[in-house]
Amino acid sequence: MNAPTPAHADHSLDSFGDAAASATRVTPGNALRPEDIAIQTVRPSEDVAQYALRLGDDSLILAQRLGHWISRGPEIEEDIALGNIALDLLGHARSFLTYAGHAWGKTEDDLAYWREEDEFRSAWIFEQPNGDFGVTIARQLVVAIYQRLLYSRLVESADSTIAAIAAKALKEVDYHRDHAIQWTLRLGDGTDESHRRMQAAIELMWPYVDELFDDDELTERVGDAGVRPSTLRGEFDAEIRAVLDEATLALPAVPRASGGGRRGEHTEHLGYLLAEMQVLARKHPGATW
Amino acid sequence: MAAAPLQSVPAPRPEDQDASVSPETRAGQAYFDRIIADDSRIEPKDWMPEAYRKTLTRQISQHAHSEIIGMQPEANWITRAPSLKRKSILMAKVQDEAGHGLYLYSAAETLGTPRDVLNQQLLDGKAKYSSIFNYPARSWADMGAIGWLVDGAAIANQVPLCRASYGPYGRAMVRICKEESFHQRQGFEILLELSHGTPEQKEMAQDAVNRFYAPALMMFGPPDDDSPNSKQSMAWNIKRFSNDELRQRFVGMIAEQVKVLGLTLPDPELRFDEETGKWIHMELDWQEFKDVIAGRGPCNAQRLARRREAHANGAWVREAARAYAGKQREKQMQKAGAA
Ligand SMILES: [Fe+2]
Ligand SMILES: [Fe+2]
Repeated sequence: MNAPTPAHADHSLDSFGDAAASATRVTPGNALRPEDIAIQTVRPSEDVAQYALRLGDDSLILAQRLGHWISRGPEIEEDIALGNIALDLLGHARSFLTYAGHAWGKTEDDLAYWREEDEFRSAWIFEQPNGDFGVTIARQLVVAIYQRLLYSRLVESADSTIAAIAAKALKEVDYHRDHAIQWTLRLGDGTDESHRRMQAAIELMWPYVDELFDDDELTERVGDAGVRPSTLRGEFDAEIRAVLDEATLALPAVPRASGGGRRGEHTEHLGYLLAEMQVLARKHPGATW
Repeated sequence: MAAAPLQSVPAPRPEDQDASVSPETRAGQAYFDRIIADDSRIEPKDWMPEAYRKTLTRQISQHAHSEIIGMQPEANWITRAPSLKRKSILMAKVQDEAGHGLYLYSAAETLGTPRDVLNQQLLDGKAKYSSIFNYPARSWADMGAIGWLVDGAAIANQVPLCRASYGPYGRAMVRICKEESFHQRQGFEILLELSHGTPEQKEMAQDAVNRFYAPALMMFGPPDDDSPNSKQSMAWNIKRFSNDELRQRFVGMIAEQVKVLGLTLPDPELRFDEETGKWIHMELDWQEFKDVIAGRGPCNAQRLARRREAHANGAWVREAARAYAGKQREKQMQKAGAA
């Protein structure tokens, strides 16, 4: 996987190594694929399915956002890095959605392409627009720290499928977190302009942080199959504070947005994202691809 | 000063008699000639004629630019891919092309021109890239046609380049060809799924093949009698087969594969000529080819604008990374000084 490369990167062939290995090949370590989950017969309970739907939607919406960066990054290395992250997230989303769909006799594609906006259960931060590279990195920083904490707890989920998906995802979000931290440091402690942009980016994302840690009835009902979000907050705050400190960035003091994604109430951005994502599939009902 | 072009049977060169040519150059040239005659490899530190270096730098960097610009038509469908599996495969494919661009820039750099300079040539519109990427990807089926025909033509072109006399280029091509064959198969699968799908899907697939057939054939370059540089490249063991030879081989391959797809190629003259053992295809519109190369294709302006925009938008990020690296170095030095 690619870490951010300093400007005078070693461009020799050997410096790429596995980072540039074909992404169309199945990586040997990726044992659990959505296709494997699809053939499982385990049917989650309604609550576990709803919980998996949240996890899947979070990653799907962010993968859709990040996919837009490919061919637009500040360096070709970043096209590859953001593409890797998008691919990982899409993989997690497919696994969670496939599993959730088992409860309702639906496929990952039924759920991704044929639900309406108010049926999506992602939190607001995931649908926030890409903005400049700094905004994307700020969103990545919050999300990756959150997801890493979440998955490191979900590997012990009482639901074995959720635990298995989390175990695979954990290794990947660990890299996402490292990528986001490395860039936050470079942008925060780079030039005056990058510092200004990165501080603005963090402030732009900050209103959407709290929603990630809101407990609700579903998170209570799933119990040991899930994680009570509020229990991750302390570690999250400590981690992100340390990163912002080192990056010479200030912790924003801005009010939270109400949130509502977990109930299907979204920001104005999601409609456009879904319109684009779903347009072709919906033009051809019943078709396979 | 550029060395005189080599003939396949080396004729006496002016510098052999020229007293101003240094003994080192003469020895270098003799070594180079022997390597080429033995069909073995030139490596970055070896002596090579300036013209050889220039030709390769141009060819490899054009190839790198093609990989990078070639990301755009397919990136155009990442956000609209009609299934999550296809979205995943497409994203991985476009990302592979970025990787190819990187390998190739590295190979070009071993000839002495830094990547930043090569990139600037692209941004300034001074460097060329494969004209196929100046055609629009209008429909989802184009993802199939591009994989099958464009990656397919690239493979036909590039497999012989794995034996190119310049070591780093040949080795880069080996890695790239492996991935390109995945791409071609994925493209074929997309078309297969569409051609066996609904009538609308099949129509979409046929339309994409119709649009990409001729431009894909043009990827092999102008006809042999209008390809002035080919002879020299063949003498240098960079190129192994002529443009027309590679083109007819490729046509033969897809003529068979299209039957499996249940689609047709838009070529009324397509046939196998028993007498010559070669595939015959229609006359291609070489004026269109020249127009697109000269910048008058459907998407030339759009493709370059996008590359320039990405580069300009990333300037502050690259500067930040440089500044940060500088600060880190300073801290290291201070630490070392204090210790
Ligand atoms: Fe490629
Ligand atoms: Fe390719």
